[in-house]
Amino acid sequence: MLARGGLRLEGLVKRFGDVEAVAGVHLELPPGQLISFLGPSGCGKTTMLRMIAGLERPTEGRVYLDEQDITDKPPHVRDIGMVFQTLALFPHLTVAGNIGYPMRIRGVPKQDIEARVEELLGLVSLHGLGDRRISQLSGGQRQRVATARALALEPRLFLLDEPLSALDANLREQLQVELRLLQQKLGITTIMVTHDQREAMTMSDLVVVMNQGRIEQIGEPLDVYRRPETPFVASFIGRTNLLRGQVTDGEVRIVGRPFDVDRPVASGPITLSVRPEDAHLQTTTTPERNALPGRVVFVRDLGELFECYVDCGLDEPVVVAGSPRERVEVQQGQPVSVAFPREACVVVAET
Amino acid sequence: MRALRWVLTTMVVAFIVAPLIIVAVVSINANRYMDFPPEGFSLHWYAELWNDTGWRDAITTSLSVALTSAALAVAIATPMAFVLRAYDIKLAPVIYALGILPFMLPPVISALGALVFWNSLGYSGRIENIIVSHAIFFSTLPLITVSLAMETMDPALPEAAQTLGANPRTSFRTITLPLLVPSMITGYAAAFVLSLNEYIIAFMVSRFSVVTLPIKIVNDLRYGFTPTIAAVAVVFILIATTTFTLFALFGNLLKFLGADPAILERER
Amino acid sequence: MSEIRRPTRGTWAVLAFPLAMLAIFFLAPFAIMVATSFYHRIEGGFYEPAFELASWERLLHGVFIERTLFSIGICLLAGAVCIVIAFPFTYFLTRMRRRSHVALLVLIMSALALSEVIVGFAWTVLLGRSAGISNILVWAGVMNEPAAYQPSFLAVLLGLCYIAFPYCILALYPQLTRLDPELTEAAQTMGASPWRTFWTVVVPIGRPIIMAGFLLAFVFTLGSYLIPAFLGRPEHWTLSVFISDQATFNANVPFAAAMALFLTVLSLGVVGVVTWFEGRTRGVA
Repeated sequence: MLARGGLRLEGLVKRFGDVEAVAGVHLELPPGQLISFLGPSGCGKTTMLRMIAGLERPTEGRVYLDEQDITDKPPHVRDIGMVFQTLALFPHLTVAGNIGYPMRIRGVPKQDIEARVEELLGLVSLHGLGDRRISQLSGGQRQRVATARALALEPRLFLLDEPLSALDANLREQLQVELRLLQQKLGITTIMVTHDQREAMTMSDLVVVMNQGRIEQIGEPLDVYRRPETPFVASFIGRTNLLRGQVTDGEVRIVGRPFDVDRPVASGPITLSVRPEDAHLQTTTTPERNALPGRVVFVRDLGELFECYVDCGLDEPVVVAGSPRERVEVQQGQPVSVAFPREACVVVAET
Repeated sequence: MRALRWVLTTMVVAFIVAPLIIVAVVSINANRYMDFPPEGFSLHWYAELWNDTGWRDAITTSLSVALTSAALAVAIATPMAFVLRAYDIKLAPVIYALGILPFMLPPVISALGALVFWNSLGYSGRIENIIVSHAIFFSTLPLITVSLAMETMDPALPEAAQTLGANPRTSFRTITLPLLVPSMITGYAAAFVLSLNEYIIAFMVSRFSVVTLPIKIVNDLRYGFTPTIAAVAVVFILIATTTFTLFALFGNLLKFLGADPAILERER
Repeated sequence: MSEIRRPTRGTWAVLAFPLAMLAIFFLAPFAIMVATSFYHRIEGGFYEPAFELASWERLLHGVFIERTLFSIGICLLAGAVCIVIAFPFTYFLTRMRRRSHVALLVLIMSALALSEVIVGFAWTVLLGRSAGISNILVWAGVMNEPAAYQPSFLAVLLGLCYIAFPYCILALYPQLTRLDPELTEAAQTMGASPWRTFWTVVVPIGRPIIMAGFLLAFVFTLGSYLIPAFLGRPEHWTLSVFISDQATFNANVPFAAAMALFLTVLSLGVVGVVTWFEGRTRGVA
């Protein structure tokens, strides 16, 4: 496939009255990849997607597709395919009617439409369902029809607005994999909006984490997970323990205890992020560095998962998680220590 | 409480049905004069409706007025309902109020307004007057039905159409309009029935030159009763009842009247 | 604002036809009617442009005021009777088994589809001396001789209720189907009898639609021409009949116009006042 579909956003701002939904975004996205816009509701991710689609006009800023300025172009000339949150399947047309729609309105000859529709039905594993009415389809089938319809004319950009949110959990996970495989097969530049970080992690080449109209971090999923750059990213992606402390004379102190971290830090307040699965319980001694003493407040033993909540004098209990192999016998109220290995401590804030 | 329920329901049903039954009985009376108990039975008053040119013409006139004015009403209401709901227009509530107003005012006001209007143009007593006036005053019905359909339509549909390459006109023609057709039909039917039954506007606008069915009935009643009038009434009653029964059997009457979807599931 | 919801020149072009129709055939007639109310009446049913207050002055005459008060009175009464009966009836209706539920709705809708002419006619027969209720009672031996109950105040009232009733039911129906049955069940588990439940739970919740239904019935009956004309003597005529009479048989169009404008203000005014009042007292119960 040609590597087309390179998207560039320059200084994008969107204001609705007094509210700034998107507060100045610069972004350059490589073609052919699946990129997720991830964030909580109201963070501006859907607004950004709609500006890329042409359904909203930016208050400021420009949108470039393959270096062409498309900011002022209406959606119907932008060469995009979009799957909406409600799927927006046309209820009065059959499955084939929906998928063939973009071709029909461009005056493509009937046989060519039929052939292409067959091809697309095969692509999304919906062979033989061309004559069905939308109301007769299951949730998963409808999702596939919406996908096939959006991809009918091989657009340069494939946009998805929370495409799986209406489906139940099992179906979602199945379709996440299907969509990802499809995207890789076609090599089409895909932008997906989601609030589900697991979905983003499963499917993406690149994750753009957004909060309050701004981009907090961009990176590959595992990078963003292992090396969050802000407390928001650390807690939004997976779970984490946020340890707040002070740096004096080059030494990090959390609740007075010394911590080593992997990079030099300036004096002042500091926040470290440590994932629960990287922290360990020590029942006997308390290591001198990178450890906090505390008391067990809750134990959650789910068989396949073991979690321990320890009050170490921070705002919230520290969570230690592990697999059954790492299980430690502890009781509520028992004094323990939690060790935070140096390589697992990520500096996420210095304010 | 249960007794009260039963009593109330029976009373209401009796109230609604009583005049209809009486009229039905009168219509099959062989005798020209209304009396009870009836002296003989005959259906020949129904035949009168067909044989008497006065009645035939009135029926034809009413039908042509109703068919045309309802179509015009839908033609006026649909663009309005579409534009007001598809676009963000600042004056939308005002325009919508203007569309609702004709129907909300007591008919005699509209009738008088139409009268002085057509008089001032020097163009009165024509069937077109009734058609246009009816269309305007009943355009509220399709305005409401089509607006409701627009409101319940997924707003993402036209957006999807446009991302698939349809310009706004094509999107309306291929997506929105087909989905509005049911509500347009409902609006048409409502305007049709109202026009067929309407008296005061038709009367004041055309006076004695155009005779619609309601006008003929009122005129005839002034000169004394004939059972033919009762026959007309029964025909109307039968048509109405049959239509709604069919609707109930083959359509979804409850949903049409605005019932909660949950009630459709409940099988008590 | 979504970009495709932004109106373009084409949008206004589409709106032009309906707006033009409404302007020409609704606003213009209304404006002309306003002007006509100041015109000078000529014998024979004609009128010529002028600026006189003669027609408006007649609104202050006793006859007109009496008509107005009567109209308001009988329509308020009809509205009240309708809603008082329609509300519990519709409530029970929504709780009925499917078959009777649908059958009743078919009945109501059929009654709705009847024209006022037919309804008026049917009631003149029903309350008349030849083939009406009294005749049935005579035949059954309960009465000695037939009597006519129309034209009369009661006849007009019954007729007005008959035509307004289906509309009341339609106005109440959607909301009453949405009344959560668990609300009444909860009340009953707390010890309220069905009677008390109805008055303390259902009616307060239904207040907004009761008001709306009442207003609907009021405005609708105020606009009725044929029912009072058929079923009442001139002393039972409402403003609608009076206005129509003046415009046609009495051939005093300017006066009719003035009255019609007054009736417009009255209708809109009553609706406005009651709506405002309802808005203020909401949430107090």
